[in-house]
Amino acid sequence: MRNFRLAMVASLTGMMVLTGNVLAADPPKKEETGKDNAYNRTKGNCLACHGMPTQPDAESTGLYGPPLIAMSARYPDKAKLRAQIWDATAFNPNSSMIPFGKHKVLTEQEIDKVTDFVYGL
Amino acid sequence: MKKALLGLVAIGLAGGMSGAIAAPEQDRQEFVNYYTKKYPNVKLDDYVYGALAFDADSKAQYDAIMEFPPFEGELEKGRKMLDTPFNNGKKYADCFPNGGKNIAGNYPYFDDKAGKVVTLHDAINACRVANGEEAYKVSDMKTMGLLSTALRAQSDGMLMNIKVEGAGANAAYEAGKKAFFSRKGQLNFACATCHVQNAGVRLRSELISPAVGHAVHWPVFRGGDNLVTLQNRYEGCYKQVRAVPPAQGSADMNNLEYFHSYLSNGLPMKANVFRK
Repeated sequence: MRNFRLAMVASLTGMMVLTGNVLAADPPKKEETGKDNAYNRTKGNCLACHGMPTQPDAESTGLYGPPLIAMSARYPDKAKLRAQIWDATAFNPNSSMIPFGKHKVLTEQEIDKVTDFVYGL
Repeated sequence: MKKALLGLVAIGLAGGMSGAIAAPEQDRQEFVNYYTKKYPNVKLDDYVYGALAFDADSKAQYDAIMEFPPFEGELEKGRKMLDTPFNNGKKYADCFPNGGKNIAGNYPYFDDKAGKVVTLHDAINACRVANGEEAYKVSDMKTMGLLSTALRAQSDGMLMNIKVEGAGANAAYEAGKKAFFSRKGQLNFACATCHVQNAGVRLRSELISPAVGHAVHWPVFRGGDNLVTLQNRYEGCYKQVRAVPPAQGSADMNNLEYFHSYLSNGLPMKANVFRK
């Protein structure tokens, strides 16, 4: 299973390299949205720990953290939500949540976009 | 539940300062109580199956796979290595008590003379060197890994029996415990973040295993015949949280294995199991 995944990744990487070479005049890469960053497994990877009940494409979500729903009601102050994403351990030292800003897992700009996306859930 | 956890983490951190001799057994009890309270329907004996203990379907698949293990060919290679005499005519069996049978549960132990933790893999290398052979790299799955499948299998059924006695042993145990509870890497996870706090919880679609029962079932074969030793897995964990892993066989890794193994005291050893 893991080998299969590795092979998939390898072949996908190969394909990307190939297209990169062949299509030198590629249009500039589309800017990543907050949702892109949230879903990306090497960036926010939010779904590893949180369900998103309002997002039909949020699949195989984990349960380390609570489902992300009605966020604007839970966080009337959006800045508080951003601070939670930036470093959850500041509010609860035992939080499992990655300090995305403090440890520079996401850039400040990416955190802004992710905050906007999550706030809308 | 949260309170119990906070207590555990606090004990974990404070433990480094107390030097009480009974501390390891108290720790182990604390771990067992924490898990069994959280999951009253999971039997302690089933913790040797790791995350499978929390999911009957996965456990049934595991049982089916273990009837005809896909890694039998690798085990055969390991058995051949174990039975092949050194150039001086002696064998591994000559190095270990009881011919190397029913011993794996005594490792790692603290060697007072050497002042350090000795893993079974260290003992294998000591045996090789004493008989004029070169030591294996403990991280080399094609030599040490394969050999360990055969040696460890001879201890299947033995109960884990780690001893922590004396100041040196306690210090090594505490160092391992500290490593277990310390946050690491860019992603800021401790071993405990997943394997205590989130044991039995899904990360993506993967159920997370409890730390009690971890140390008895190595090596594992992942996804068929990919051999992984315990310290090899530690290295994987470090990398997954984007931390720089200590070298396999280093004091840091050995102390962690010492603490981690103690948690499984009283559970039966079972080498060479399938994991996905």
